[in-house]
Amino acid sequence: MAFDIGLVTLVLGVAAWTIGARETFAAVVGFVAYGLLLALVWVRLAAPDVAMTEAALGSGLTGGLLLGASTRLARTDGPAAIEKPSAIMRLAAAVLCTLVSAGLAALVLLMLEPAPTLAPRAMANIAATGLSNPVTAVLMAYRAIDTLLETVVLLLALVGVWSLARDRVWGGLPGPYHRADPHGLLTFTAQILVPIGILIGIYIFWVGSVAPGGEFQGATVLAAMWIIASMAGLVDAPPVTRRWLRLALIAGPALFFAIGLAGFAIAGGFLAYPESHAKLLILMIEVPVTLSIATTLALLVAGPPERAPAR
Amino acid sequence: MSSALDVLTILSVSTGAFFFLAGTVGLLRFPDALSRLHALTKADNLGLGLVVLGLLFQAEGFPVALKLVGVWLLALLAGATVTQLIAHIARMRGSTM
Amino acid sequence: MLRSSERCTAMTDFLLAAAGFVLATVALGLVRILRGPDDADRIMAAQLLGTGGIAAMLLLAQAMSAPAAVDVALILALLAAFVTVAFVKRVDRSEMDGA
Repeated sequence: MAFDIGLVTLVLGVAAWTIGARETFAAVVGFVAYGLLLALVWVRLAAPDVAMTEAALGSGLTGGLLLGASTRLARTDGPAAIEKPSAIMRLAAAVLCTLVSAGLAALVLLMLEPAPTLAPRAMANIAATGLSNPVTAVLMAYRAIDTLLETVVLLLALVGVWSLARDRVWGGLPGPYHRADPHGLLTFTAQILVPIGILIGIYIFWVGSVAPGGEFQGATVLAAMWIIASMAGLVDAPPVTRRWLRLALIAGPALFFAIGLAGFAIAGGFLAYPESHAKLLILMIEVPVTLSIATTLALLVAGPPERAPAR
Repeated sequence: MSSALDVLTILSVSTGAFFFLAGTVGLLRFPDALSRLHALTKADNLGLGLVVLGLLFQAEGFPVALKLVGVWLLALLAGATVTQLIAHIARMRGSTM
Repeated sequence: MLRSSERCTAMTDFLLAAAGFVLATVALGLVRILRGPDDADRIMAAQLLGTGGIAAMLLLAQAMSAPAAVDVALILALLAAFVTVAFVKRVDRSEMDGA
């Protein structure tokens, strides 16, 4: 109990500091620290799948995204620091934040006992899916359509990011040029971390069917490893017009959708699986989805095309 | 037998926690970024190693123990390589501090 | 029988207390680091959480009998290294490319 109070105080303290930070870079550091601590909170709440997603996606990869944004906003740091919202704006923000906090507190304190939950029913039917991790069963079997839509949303976000390219580099290479120094520190770091990271990413994806883990967490680790390699200059992003790249991006959602449609024929509904082949079908979906999500996330962090493709 | 393991766990984890404290004290007291980095990496990683050692005594089964050691080795490896990068930055900035 | 369950709770309490202690040192360290006037100081925050947070996570894994938390610690280690590399790259782009 004392541990929980201490943890919550620490999380709130870091959050408050992040909001009050003056420079964008400091705020991003605070945000990442907050996210990593939040992973501890999720573990305390007995939700290791969410903890993994928070650590990998919510704090690690989003931190990379925010860093890229702060780099691009660096020119506006000066003018933005001088601007101050008026007193009425700040009062309105304070009132709204208080209302939202009060609403959340009321929801938590007035929660029904016992809390309404579908968890027992989910566990009761899990044998039919061939999985033993109930979270993965919900993601890939009971609510597979939500997961399919999530992958499509990620793709749409990537299209949005690509559309920010300037005309003369349209269809070019994403992100700035990173020169590789074969004897440099960054190269050494990448050469050590990236292979291990790839193994761990694949492991996290694979273990998702029987223990906390899964494709989103594994894909995020893979994407982060690719980004490290690209920041070290060891690999470069291909031009966004490359066909194999676009195939890799859509392979996951497309296959997901195709198997969903096939569900009409073989099991009587969209994204329905026949009980005997459920696990196989889920695996057939998960592998390309992991690859697609890893590619999408890596490209999201790389950013819009900034260099014209070599002709 | 298992109470001997428990004593070992308590000893290792306590020593590990002490090293974490030492690392933080170093963070708070050292004058410049490079020495703070030194305190952070050396003491904290040693603390982590001792904590992992203590937890090894409590581990049920070889795969679990292997994974614990794996986490420690990964943290050590990642920390050792990545700290060099931070030290590079600190050295660059230090000349203007 | 009572003694062994007493011992189990005692060990759990101890591990939880150790995790809380490690987190307290992380909190103290964060106060210093986040305040640090230089960007190089702030980058250390990810490294601090990469070791202290992992220690707390592993202790929690044993205290709560949640072996999955060890996998979370694996991810923590990798992603803490990733953000540190990203931070370093952001802070000193030109100097890093020539390192």
